[in-house]
Amino acid sequence: MTTINVTVDGVSYADDVEPRLLLVHYLRDVIGKTGTPIGCDTSNCGACTVLMNGSSVKSCAVLAVQADGAEITTIEGLANGEWHPLQKAFNAEHALQCGYCTPGMILASVDLLQDNPNPTDEQIRDGLEGNLCRCTGYENIVRAVRRAAQAGAGQ
Amino acid sequence: MTATAERPAAELGRARTRKEDARLVTGQTSWTDNLVLPGMLHMAFVRSPYAHAKITAVDVSAARKLPGVVAAFSGADFAEEQGSLPCAWPVTPDIVIPPHPPMATEEVRYVGEAVALVVARDRYTAADALASIDVTYEPLQPVLDMKTALDDGAPKVHDTGNKSYEFVFPAAGDIDAAFSGADVVLEREYRQQRLIPCAMEPRAVLASWVGDDVTLWSATQIPHVLRFAIAAFFGIPEHSIRVIAPDVGGGFGSKLQVTAEEVLAVLVSRRVGKPVKWTESRSEGNMTVHHGRDQWQRIGIAADRDGRIRGLKVDLLADMGAYLMLVTPGVPLLGAFMYPAIYKMDAYAFKCTGIFTTKMPTDAYRGAGRPEATFAIERIMDELAVELGMDPFELRERNWIKHTEFPYTTIAGLTYDSGNYEAATARAKELFGYDALRAEQAERNARGDSVRLGLGISTYTEMCGLAPSRVLGSLAYGAGGWEHAAIRMLPTGKVEVVTGSSAHGQGHETAWSQIVADQLGVPFEDIRVLHGDTQVSPKGMDTYGSRSLVVGGMAVVGACDKVIEKGKRVAAHMMEASENDIEFTGGRFQVRGDPEQGRTIQEVALATFAAHNLPDRHEPSLDSDATYDPENFSFPHGTHLCAVEVDTETGMVKIRSYVAVDDIGKVVNPLIVEGQVHGGLAQGIAQALYEEAVYDDAGNLLTTTLADYLVPSAADLPSYVTDRTESPAANRLGVKGVGEAGTIASTPAVVNAVVDALRPFGVRDVTMPCSPERVWRTLTEARAASSDGGAA
Repeated sequence: MTTINVTVDGVSYADDVEPRLLLVHYLRDVIGKTGTPIGCDTSNCGACTVLMNGSSVKSCAVLAVQADGAEITTIEGLANGEWHPLQKAFNAEHALQCGYCTPGMILASVDLLQDNPNPTDEQIRDGLEGNLCRCTGYENIVRAVRRAAQAGAGQ
Repeated sequence: MTATAERPAAELGRARTRKEDARLVTGQTSWTDNLVLPGMLHMAFVRSPYAHAKITAVDVSAARKLPGVVAAFSGADFAEEQGSLPCAWPVTPDIVIPPHPPMATEEVRYVGEAVALVVARDRYTAADALASIDVTYEPLQPVLDMKTALDDGAPKVHDTGNKSYEFVFPAAGDIDAAFSGADVVLEREYRQQRLIPCAMEPRAVLASWVGDDVTLWSATQIPHVLRFAIAAFFGIPEHSIRVIAPDVGGGFGSKLQVTAEEVLAVLVSRRVGKPVKWTESRSEGNMTVHHGRDQWQRIGIAADRDGRIRGLKVDLLADMGAYLMLVTPGVPLLGAFMYPAIYKMDAYAFKCTGIFTTKMPTDAYRGAGRPEATFAIERIMDELAVELGMDPFELRERNWIKHTEFPYTTIAGLTYDSGNYEAATARAKELFGYDALRAEQAERNARGDSVRLGLGISTYTEMCGLAPSRVLGSLAYGAGGWEHAAIRMLPTGKVEVVTGSSAHGQGHETAWSQIVADQLGVPFEDIRVLHGDTQVSPKGMDTYGSRSLVVGGMAVVGACDKVIEKGKRVAAHMMEASENDIEFTGGRFQVRGDPEQGRTIQEVALATFAAHNLPDRHEPSLDSDATYDPENFSFPHGTHLCAVEVDTETGMVKIRSYVAVDDIGKVVNPLIVEGQVHGGLAQGIAQALYEEAVYDDAGNLLTTTLADYLVPSAADLPSYVTDRTESPAANRLGVKGVGEAGTIASTPAVVNAVVDALRPFGVRDVTMPCSPERVWRTLTEARAASSDGGAA
């Protein structure tokens, strides 16, 4: 067991974890952050994407011990009094159906807009290549990210 | 006019954003894997590494001794109670339905079949303990090729052999005469590759017993069917079973199943006396969630020189996989009705042989039988157009049912209620810029451009809204096709809508609220939709086959009618008027000719709750329910056009533009409808270009991860142009199904475009998925075969 100190959605935690424990299992099973889902076991789908020190990571590809000292933002901590512009945009553009990929898609989009506040549609598509959605065909996800960008989400 | 027309249609057609989204965009979801119960244990499975083998020994003793392991079981430990997973669709009287134990006991027949399990205090301990279970196998020959599976001396999947059934569609017209007298006869063979549904939420199950009662949470599309099946086939009284489908992360047919893991969670939880949860990994899911498609299609078409179709012959080989699951054998039969599509003809013949192989069973996947049929007919229509030297649109129009001819009974015996193929096609051609693209294609072909342009057409229709119960009965299906709904009028005027259809991304909570808001004249915000729990919604046939709106939505309307009828009596009594003089409009009961006098439905609900002054013998309730059995299927149609650019040096296919014009009747929520079309297109395009479940020569699945099984990303797919035409269906709401249309329509549009691009090189077909390698090889072979070495 190794002790880690992590801040998740603004709350600090100290836990003893097995060195092999995946960050996503730490979030879900140890501290109950079930808003972050698991869609695969090979880091292909991106459903488990969270922000670690401000950058998007696939939390199934990070060990909990690697997050020692880190600040994690999950979908549960993204809203700040009101929904984040990306949460609003995903709702407004109907960019989700079953919603399983949505937490990862939104957090990957946060990172995308941080890097490029005014992306073209092609840049949005390329930027979200690591996040799979089976419901929407991506059209409305692209529209939502574009809408959030226009609302200044990446500024 | 209908009652709908009497009520103001404020909500129908309005692009409401979804009620569901509030929890989904904030992570407040209740996926099955999120659930934790006190004392809950985790289950993990040892699965067969062989496609076909005898099990000679299973030793779980070492696993049982590991710290944190509560129990370990082999199939033999449940031999007395695990029974056989059900097949609800015995399509012929002599169909072979082999026993299908949830855990194998004597023989395994596909890689991934469960042979033993561990129950432990956490998921890591359970996974670790699997390595301590010893299973001894005696390998047998796999059966991997449908075409040789019926040969003499072929190894047998089951002792009864490799044929499950042969289904022959009732004769329609004189097929021999149609073919023998025809000017042109074309015969083709198409391959429907095996697909993996890949809903983003992996399957998950949690079973918990309290006394003699069990609650089963499952990521399922079919909580009601599942409850019935567990009662009917596994000896647990129906009234002791509660099934809950909480938030479910997509299905596409893959969660229309009664699975080994669901049954075993129930049985194992009872055995160990604790709640038991199982959540699959993606690689486990790719191996053991039922697959889709997997057919060889031989199709023949006979036509006159002027393009008139005389007859159509279809002969299918359909891969059942190792066992028949819930509707495995019936999937190709749904296609049997659809090969004639929108076309008129003199004769039609259809035969399907269901074949066992040592692979994961197939079953319903978005479209289920209808994408396969639509692909084959729309592909061969393009080939026939080339053979006749006609424009592919001209050939289609020569044969399709004119809009003035509806209702029209097809050669396959379906009566299409409405449609306007002319209108959808005209609109699609306009949006697509068809003539300009054809001109560009000719120019690029003439100058020998290395990147060729191809245009693909799909003028599809489909049958959905499953289904009229009588029709299902005539096809030997094991249940009806009705749907149930209930309306509860709460004392404060709020409304609860209980629906038997079970949403897993479709947006029922929003769309049903819109329907009820119109029907009862209550605010959209005052309505809550309940579904997916057999204790809350006790009756239902669940969600699949594009049935929710056209069947379940109509049940909701029926329940609203009854609420209004009850309310009229109460309102008449309150206003001291005759019930016959009461009309209901805009949420208000009023006396005809005296609109000043009126009571709102909320006032009537409160008065009914108080029950102080109701008509004699009037029960103090407005609550009502209705069960709706459709009289016919729903027949959406449309015209999809795809332009691709094919790099003849690399084989890379890029979709340049895609236009989808769909006629799905009236629309409740255009935002939701457009989303369904987009997602459907993506899945159909994925079959055309990217996805294929691949087994090696030993029967190992090679595409177990999303790195090998290519579910497309945003970067792999185009932007879509969508539009609608509208010919209202013959139901009260005037609606048709939309969930599967995009998937059904798009696959042939894309492949027709790829073949169209390569036709100058002598290419007549490209087998799906049209990957760069496959396109390049096809092109290389065609160039080698042409006498001039391939200059085109």
